[in-house]
Amino acid sequence: MFPNQFDYHRPTTVAEAVGVLQQNPDAKVLAGGHSLLPAMKLRLAAPSALVDLSKVEGLTGISTNGSVVIGAMTTYAELRDSAALKAALPIVPETAYHVGDPQVQAVGTLGGSLAHADPSADFTAVALALDASVKAVGADGDRTIPAEELFVDLFTTSLAPDEVLTEIHIPAATGRTGMAYEKFRHPASGYAVVGVAAVVSVGVDGTVAQARIAVTGATSKATRATAAEQALVGKPLSADSIAAAAAVANQGLELNGDHYASAEYRAHLLGVYTRRALERAAASLG
Amino acid sequence: MVAAQEAPAKLVGQPLKRREDPRLITGAGNFLDDVKLTGLCHAAVVRSPYAHARIVGIDAEAARRMPGVVAVFTGEDLAEVNPLPCAWQAGNVQNNVNTPRLLALGEVHQVGDPVAVVVAESAYLATDAAAAVEVSYEELPVVVDARKATEPGAPQLHDNAPNNVVMNWTCGKEAAEVDAALAAAPVRVNQRVVNQRLIPTAMEPRGSIGRYDEGTGEYTLWATSQAPHVHRLLTAAFVLGVPEQKIRVIAPNVGGGFGSKIFLYFDMPLVLWLSKQTGRPVKFFEDRSENYLHTTHGRDHITDIEVGAEPDGRITALKVKTWANLGAYLSTIAPGIPTTLYGRMVAGCYKIPNIHVDVTGVYTNTAMVDAYRGAGRPEAAFVIERVCDLVAAETGLDPAEVRRRNFIQPEDFPYDSGIGMLPYDSGNYELALDRAMENVGYAALRQEQAARRANGSRKLLGVGLSSYVEVCGVAPSKWIGLAGEGWGAGLWESANVRVHLTGKTVVTTGSLPHGQGHETTFAQLVADELGVPYDDIQIEHSDTQGTPFGFGSYGSRSLTVGGTAIYKSVAKVREKAKELAAHLLEAAPEDIVFENGKAFVRGTPDASKTIQDLALAAHVAYDLPPGMEPTLEATTFYDPPNCTFPFGTHVCVVEVDRDTGEIDLLRYVAVDDVGNVINPLIVDGQVHGGIAQGLAQALYEGAVYDDSGELITGTMNDYAIPRARMVPTYELDRTVTPSPVNPMGAKGAGEAGTIASTPAVANAVIDALAHLGVRHLDMPLTPEKLWRAMAPKTG
Ligand SMILES: Cc1cc2nc3c(=O)[nH]c(=O)nc-3n(C[C@H](O)[C@H](O)[C@H](O)COP(=O)(O)OP(=O)(O)OC[C@H]3O[C@@H](n4cnc5c(N)ncnc54)[C@H](O)[C@@H]3O)c2cc1C
Repeated sequence: MFPNQFDYHRPTTVAEAVGVLQQNPDAKVLAGGHSLLPAMKLRLAAPSALVDLSKVEGLTGISTNGSVVIGAMTTYAELRDSAALKAALPIVPETAYHVGDPQVQAVGTLGGSLAHADPSADFTAVALALDASVKAVGADGDRTIPAEELFVDLFTTSLAPDEVLTEIHIPAATGRTGMAYEKFRHPASGYAVVGVAAVVSVGVDGTVAQARIAVTGATSKATRATAAEQALVGKPLSADSIAAAAAVANQGLELNGDHYASAEYRAHLLGVYTRRALERAAASLG
Repeated sequence: MVAAQEAPAKLVGQPLKRREDPRLITGAGNFLDDVKLTGLCHAAVVRSPYAHARIVGIDAEAARRMPGVVAVFTGEDLAEVNPLPCAWQAGNVQNNVNTPRLLALGEVHQVGDPVAVVVAESAYLATDAAAAVEVSYEELPVVVDARKATEPGAPQLHDNAPNNVVMNWTCGKEAAEVDAALAAAPVRVNQRVVNQRLIPTAMEPRGSIGRYDEGTGEYTLWATSQAPHVHRLLTAAFVLGVPEQKIRVIAPNVGGGFGSKIFLYFDMPLVLWLSKQTGRPVKFFEDRSENYLHTTHGRDHITDIEVGAEPDGRITALKVKTWANLGAYLSTIAPGIPTTLYGRMVAGCYKIPNIHVDVTGVYTNTAMVDAYRGAGRPEAAFVIERVCDLVAAETGLDPAEVRRRNFIQPEDFPYDSGIGMLPYDSGNYELALDRAMENVGYAALRQEQAARRANGSRKLLGVGLSSYVEVCGVAPSKWIGLAGEGWGAGLWESANVRVHLTGKTVVTTGSLPHGQGHETTFAQLVADELGVPYDDIQIEHSDTQGTPFGFGSYGSRSLTVGGTAIYKSVAKVREKAKELAAHLLEAAPEDIVFENGKAFVRGTPDASKTIQDLALAAHVAYDLPPGMEPTLEATTFYDPPNCTFPFGTHVCVVEVDRDTGEIDLLRYVAVDDVGNVINPLIVDGQVHGGIAQGLAQALYEGAVYDDSGELITGTMNDYAIPRARMVPTYELDRTVTPSPVNPMGAKGAGEAGTIASTPAVANAVIDALAHLGVRHLDMPLTPEKLWRAMAPKTG
């Protein structure tokens, strides 16, 4: 478990970090290190240099005035324990609680999770369901990338190698909104074999105005279950509409299988976990 | 004179916190990787990426030229060094022995086989250089499944093992006799069960440091070892051909072993050889990936069961055929596990008149398999406890009733199970079953189960029982050591107890801990028996220099065998102290009473000599009785007359989600009988850990190889050892049936939890699905397997 040799940089500003990345094409950003360092120790990753963001100013913190802004270096533990998020976006602290274990939560970061795009990560699905976007800073300034465009494939994002993800933006919920994340944990890794995030808004007429359902674990990247979403919109959020949505949760998705859980089983789990997520989202409407 | 004091409270039976824990859990322990030596070099091993291949060539030139590289060696350089020994072969049958060389020569037989070693100034440089060693291979066909390996046309691993067979071994009655009993039985069940391969996963992986001293010609080996004396013997006399007295083996604090650190591994002699070659101390420390790939695995049986019973549940005949996968080579005691420790225990707690066991040990292109916590007995308990439930399902009887009707009764002890095991020492199996059923509320659970089934609940309830008996304190030498069991050595233990001039007491023991709390348990025992304060007692262990020979810690034998050696040494010291007291008090030795550390003439406790007074007198030695030698110490080599046989019943209650197959562990009730208990806290801890390991086999763990011989559960990301949230709260209880075998009446507690829990959990899960026609499922019982088993049958 000894990584290849690498250089180490610890910039104090984003601009400095971007500068180092530009000069070192094989460099990697280091956030919590809970995905990157194990990969380096297994020699699956061999960056020429690490650009440690831990001393960069302004990358942590949670703001909940209207839309929610979360600094990329905010840890799961901070998300998990945030009273403001529990009130504004309860799915976020709830999901943070289900990431790994307390040690992982203490060190792993939201920005790291989204930038890593592990196909079994939890927050990728939650970001899609919340219609989040990220701010990326590169040599030519910054840009906003919607979560949908961020995740390209397994472990692949649309971030350029010299871009630093600095913030996560989540639009304010409209109307009555319920949300929940349901996860079938892999017994070894603790990651999602199947995870379903559901965010459902109900209009004044009592029918579903907007439904965003995203799945992780089952596919090569976190993906929206659009068939399930469509099954809900315009319907009252009831046992019947939930069942109808659950029944089509895996429609149009290409599912993974491995020795622990086959694609067929994951397809089945998607239905059950979509139902469970929607039931809890409905209950949280109050 | 001080006024008569109250007798101090006895420590035996007290739940003392382990005195070693503050050091071990605050980073103050001294584990192998903490050992720092001047000039230390680091070894990295080049390993085969193929499960079976011929080595065509090795080019190490680039590696040799890399900065910081001290030396690179290949199998050719070690061609003169013996392969590792296999010390326990199956008794009375031919064993086709192939053991690993320190580095492979010519062929590799598993992924991870060491083919070359790099010694460098740092572990980083060594790892980089190992990656630069170029090895070319010619791939050969691979087999990973034990049954398939014995079939005609299967790839062959070793020339001297046709059809990859290590040995064929049987016990019990002749097959024909048991066949006849089966044919006559009104109730018949046949079932194939798989006891899957497990990876021991000690918290600390394995490693070794070798130092050769040119001045004295002496070698020192630091190793993560459960058996330093044996490792010295095997390294010296069997592998390197170095005089035994020239090797010293030290086991620093060892972070768990579960059996995997009993064995002699390639790196132990290798680091000594490397140190002599390079003139530098050399360390090898495997990483977790290497640990998973190449340190021994456990279990891996495929077993065909045929059972015959009466309609009233009495089992009349049991025929067992097992293919035991032993991996690419034989590890140190591999053949003994599926024979003596498995085959001879398949009767479990039951009187079964006709048993035939047939075991085939098999080579495959996988990691070596050897003893892993429970070692053979978990596999045996799994077979017989599944048998009880299968008979219950077939006869319609309650599983508890089947067990009850077959139990060996208290008056039957000592009991000979008829398949070559030593007689079970003592037991009261029904008492433990009754207690467990009462503690869990068995009748109410069965009612609730029936109600849920009737109302179509989506949460299926399952209740699983496991009544187990196991064999601990493995010995005596004249049984295990002779040809019938093939161990080929003794299995006694030793202890020296020495009261110093100051009254401080040092115990040196051949038993040693790797997490079990020996320093606490042994000190409690000595404090009570000798009457010296607990804090004055030091337990010394784990270093061949300064401790008497011991065979090591495994098989739940430290207390029953090693502890008895201590107990007997204390008794000898006490006798000598009494003799000395008689002399000083001018009385006859037979009139001296020794109580709570004081010797006095019967009836006059006020005029006493304390053990400290006597220790002083024995050391200054100017007033000793005629003929008495100075000092107060004694040594005992103890070879017990029999093994001990702990037992009990565990009950697990599970809920299975009808929609997904997900399992919830609702309750776990254990009633164990480990005989008399020295430290109940430590015993509870052993039971907790054991249950966690056993239930993990039932639900989570399983090493999986693909057809090319690659270990696809090669990291903790894929191989599921249980986390805290994956185990239930344990509800523990005990019955106490002292063992007549040793003076403490103890039976051993290190493995019981593991042995009992796997079948309890598996039986519970299968029971939850019984009304759907499910009779058996193979472990690990993953949700997907249950989901498939519950799916409506089509076609
Ligand atoms: C034992 C264990 C269990 C785990 N269980 C779970 C689980 O259940 N669910 C789950 O979702 N995850 C789990 N994880 C992963 C954990 O959440 C990781 O911490 C996370 O995925 C990555 O975050 P990090 O801050 O550690 O990133 P790092 O490991 O530091 O980085 C990951 C990748 O993202 C890049 N990166 C990081 N931050 C930025 C940034 N700001 N800008 C640009 N690129 C960046 C890095 O260069 C690297 O390529 C587990 C990890 C461990 C070790």
